[in-house]
Amino acid sequence: MRDPFNRSAAIVGVSESECGRGVALTPLQHQAMAARKALDDAGLQKSDVDAVMTTDVIGLPSLMLAEYLAIRPRFTDTTVTGGSAFVLFVERAALAIAAGLCEVVLITYGSSLWSDRHRFSTEAVDPRMPSAQFEFPYGDLSPISAYSLAAMRHMHEYGTTSEQLAAVAVASRQWAMRNPGALLREPITVADVIDSPMVASPFHKLDCCLMTDGGGAVVVTSAERAKDLRRPPVYLLGSGFSTTHMTIPQMKDLTISGAVESGRLAFARAGLTPRDIDVVQIYDSFTFSVILALEDLGFCEKGRGGEFVEAGHIGPGGDLPTNTSGGGLSYTHPGALGIFLVIEAVRQLRGDCGERQVPDAQRALVHGIGGWLSAHATLVLAR
Amino acid sequence: MKEQIPTPIPDLDSATYWEAAHRHEFLLQRCNSCERFRFYPRSHCPHCFSGSFRWQRAAGRGTVYSFTIIHKAPSPGFSDKLPYVLALIDLVEGVRMMTNIIECRPDDVEIGMSVEVVFEDLNDKISLPQFRPVSR
Repeated sequence: MRDPFNRSAAIVGVSESECGRGVALTPLQHQAMAARKALDDAGLQKSDVDAVMTTDVIGLPSLMLAEYLAIRPRFTDTTVTGGSAFVLFVERAALAIAAGLCEVVLITYGSSLWSDRHRFSTEAVDPRMPSAQFEFPYGDLSPISAYSLAAMRHMHEYGTTSEQLAAVAVASRQWAMRNPGALLREPITVADVIDSPMVASPFHKLDCCLMTDGGGAVVVTSAERAKDLRRPPVYLLGSGFSTTHMTIPQMKDLTISGAVESGRLAFARAGLTPRDIDVVQIYDSFTFSVILALEDLGFCEKGRGGEFVEAGHIGPGGDLPTNTSGGGLSYTHPGALGIFLVIEAVRQLRGDCGERQVPDAQRALVHGIGGWLSAHATLVLAR
Repeated sequence: MKEQIPTPIPDLDSATYWEAAHRHEFLLQRCNSCERFRFYPRSHCPHCFSGSFRWQRAAGRGTVYSFTIIHKAPSPGFSDKLPYVLALIDLVEGVRMMTNIIECRPDDVEIGMSVEVVFEDLNDKISLPQFRPVSR
């Protein structure tokens, strides 16, 4: 397969704003702070930025961001694919750079989810939409119930257990204990997860991601421009995107996701296989999301994801270090995790991760999941 | 005051479905070109893209494809129903829909079990198709 990027674009700056609970920042302030730090990290000025990408801010998100930061972009993207958007934006950035439409792309995300006490609200959806007519009246607990329905089917077909789901949360916490920026750093056990209150079977509270405030920014530029910047470039080797449905009843097989296609595309374009990956970042909205994605991306056989995580492959000391920041389960989750997956992958490839550093990490895979297992974006990155 | 649950607002695609449900009739759209059923209602066939269809009375029977027992109410109107079963069911017509499984204990629900339609009147205009285990 033709590689559309061939190391033509690189991530050169990354940063969070300030993540946690009760952070006194508006979504735009989160983005401005993260942008400032990410540009500093890259050794670039705001005046170098000629493209912005963001979404999930009410109204016309990229225009609002550009105005707030006082940037006049010649390219913007606001593709809304849920939490996977900020992973997808890296591909879009590389595409626009390769086409010569822009040279320095600023990708940002910011949210005051925790401070606003906001969760996904059915009131925000147009009452004529299919989900409002055919799901909400049944007490659909979006997005949790979409993933719990998938997990229940996976358990039925493959014998996946609650203990195996819990193993993902335990591994995430073990990583978070090595990340000073993580929200939750107390050790937990499989029993702690299973003893936490049931939310929607089979998910207990500790199977579900956090709700926090936070923001992040990522700067992408051409390989040429990246050479002279402050930090070592992290190149995009391959990317893939796939969406199979929007609402969960329309997902044909709840045990096979669009990650099969997005992963296949990303690996083929990179000319690599799962064996070539040193560190993995998967959108862990729920423990089950990680098991499903590991299978669909080809890191283990279909149906064996539960055994795989239970065997210790993904935690510290495992041979497939996964969600090394602690992920959405233990590190942070201000509504959409995508940008933080990219930030952590870049830090691992630069060797910036201190106690949680994966030794000699050369290649990373980032996988964003948006909506109701709806939209999948996969990146293969390398230093 | 009793808290309301979200009530469907019929649109141009779904008006016939909800009017029938109000009469406690369960209708599905069927394509006039490829003869396949579809759910949810929409203007064009998802299989062959034909815009020609008819409404046909469905058997109102299916099997549980997956389910989850909800322990946390999505909005206050569901609080007094907790815990309840949210399920995806495969109808005999070959389409899948979301529903609750009612008239049984949540712990008795199993994937693969047979269910049949029963109507829940939400107000004087809207009745919701619900499913219960088929009595043996």
